[in-house]
Amino acid sequence: MITVAVNRANRLFLSLLVAGLLAGCATVKPSALPEVPPRHTLAEFTGVDQQFAYVYDPWVRFNRSMYNFNYYFDKYLFLPVVHGYEFVTPVFVQHGVSNFYNNIGEVRTLTNALLQLKGKDTAVTLGRFLTNSTLGLGGLFDPATKFGLQRRYEDFGQTLGYWGAGSGPYLVLPVFGPSSARDAGGLAIDSGITYGLWTVADPFSNSDDDFTISAGITTLEAIDARHQQSFSYYDSGYPFEYYVVRFLYHEKRELDVNKPTSPAAAAQGEPAIMP
Amino acid sequence: MHRKLLLVACLVLLPSLGFAADEEYGYPIPGAYEATIIGTPTSLMPRFPAKMHTKELVLDIFPEREKPPVFFYDEGLHCTFAYQKHKAPLVFIIAGSGSNDRADKLSTMMKAFYQQGFHVIALPSPSHANFIVSASASRVPGDLTEDAADLYRVMEAAWQDVRDDVEVSSFNLCGYSLGGTEAAFVAKLDDERKLFNFRKVLMINPSVSLYTSSQRIEALLKRLPGGPLKEGVFFNRMLSKFSQFYQLGNFVAINDQFLYAIYQSKLFSPQETAGLIGLSFRLNLAGMIFASDVMTNGGYVVPKNRVLEPNEPLADYFMVCTHLSYLQYFDEYFYPYMKRQRPQLTRDALVRLESLTSIEGYLKSTDKFGVMANRNDFLMSPEELSYLQRLFGERAKVYPTGGHLGNLEYKDNLAYMVGFFR
Repeated sequence: MITVAVNRANRLFLSLLVAGLLAGCATVKPSALPEVPPRHTLAEFTGVDQQFAYVYDPWVRFNRSMYNFNYYFDKYLFLPVVHGYEFVTPVFVQHGVSNFYNNIGEVRTLTNALLQLKGKDTAVTLGRFLTNSTLGLGGLFDPATKFGLQRRYEDFGQTLGYWGAGSGPYLVLPVFGPSSARDAGGLAIDSGITYGLWTVADPFSNSDDDFTISAGITTLEAIDARHQQSFSYYDSGYPFEYYVVRFLYHEKRELDVNKPTSPAAAAQGEPAIMP
Repeated sequence: MHRKLLLVACLVLLPSLGFAADEEYGYPIPGAYEATIIGTPTSLMPRFPAKMHTKELVLDIFPEREKPPVFFYDEGLHCTFAYQKHKAPLVFIIAGSGSNDRADKLSTMMKAFYQQGFHVIALPSPSHANFIVSASASRVPGDLTEDAADLYRVMEAAWQDVRDDVEVSSFNLCGYSLGGTEAAFVAKLDDERKLFNFRKVLMINPSVSLYTSSQRIEALLKRLPGGPLKEGVFFNRMLSKFSQFYQLGNFVAINDQFLYAIYQSKLFSPQETAGLIGLSFRLNLAGMIFASDVMTNGGYVVPKNRVLEPNEPLADYFMVCTHLSYLQYFDEYFYPYMKRQRPQLTRDALVRLESLTSIEGYLKSTDKFGVMANRNDFLMSPEELSYLQRLFGERAKVYPTGGHLGNLEYKDNLAYMVGFFR
């Protein structure tokens, strides 16, 4: 059932993607009336002040088109599916699903913590993966956090950054959203590693519906990922949202890449605010 | 035996002595600027129910209006409605300057009211782009009388949208910051139109005069090294301080704890904290100026007659708009617009018009109003504060600390706020 919907969704997605790309190439329509220069222009402030929230973004037109494409994709396909999922699925099942995929995601954090020689993060992540896969019934529950093993996050983009690669130009990916040249490459590598591990493990090899099951799992993963993400395109209504999001994404990644190798296991939950 | 009694007495009394000290006012952040930025730590907010019946309202206020391509995503005015399944009083809440109906402070207020059995309709600020594009008749925000008329139209439409689904026992009105001042003007309009007959109206940290508040916001940026025009330089320096602090300090995530650690370490001086507040006001203002200029084809920051496409890069406009001040908006954009409507209007008369003093007679004539203010709110002068106290007497609740809106989510404040409407 889901798979059928997904196949149809894929087709819709492709046509939307093409439409989005074409929109990116559209030229500015000439206005009927001649333009009059505005009262305040950039010339007034260049040389006087630095730009703030500046991020290297030479592909801005493509990115803005992709940002708009993601808005439509969310609005007409992704979010309706996610909301349908949230409506029909009991909340404890949703938590279980999120835990399950987050547990699979530990493999990505583990490989990348290793690649960055982060001993403590590697140990914690390995501990989490083993605990949650066994005591947590295959990852459906997250007892590791209760045992004080806080979840870490590492990906190949961070690994590249750790070994000195700059972020490169800002890049808005279809569906995945804000990224950079480096992080998009990292995402491809991480997906490759995960896919490779799936192939080696091949958990459904003795099933006739191998492909259907895999497709279903991948689809549910995408739905769960969107379900866990609260950001929504143009939700702020702020006319310069694109620039604020670009800046926040870039800064967050910079901080992630440059963070110290072994942070103290500070609690992420309710902080002890009062001195 | 006596000794034992004495011991028991001590144990019983000691906590109450401690409590007496707390009763003064327990909001923990004494500094006005720090409070404004940090707000209320989560542990000092009340606990709210996990589930709330809400509905997102998208109101088509002007069905005939054609929206420019650059605002293609704007499909109507967004409001949030939280409803009880039984007959209950309804509170409209007007957001503060530059905020929409999903702003953090607004959501917290919504939950507090909902928890105590109120229906709530949360409205965006008339200074928010969504409002300018979809709900402002003039598309030029800033005139309290016109903005109140726009808000009233929105409230009518929102009420039409939900009236068949809920039972309402009375209508009430609440607003914070700019929204507080607007609430007074909306109540005055309702006094003529009599559609809602607001039972009670509460203003939280309102601006007494929009012009003097603007001057005070600009004063926050005046002390930056090199002046307000160097705000980009200032921001970038603050950013690198912030990043360094994060990298050196063994933090796992940017969260409450990290922000509180910044506060405790006094990473930013009071002057820098004030600058950051001024900057955040400027960011809001930038959105307002851009939206209004595009909607009116005003030729202020965007070339007149230029049609911006959905994927048009806006970085240059962002840079220009963030460098304009409230006072420039007033003198170069807002006053000329008002003067076109009323050629006799002087600048001084307009300044007087955009303040609570201009409707003083009405405010005195009714006892439905209440106000919550903070003694160290830097957007209000001591004279303005005593003006409010004279005007509302016992119905003016003044807290010693909190800065501008910093204590709004503090449990005592929320309790007073909700209690006011009981």
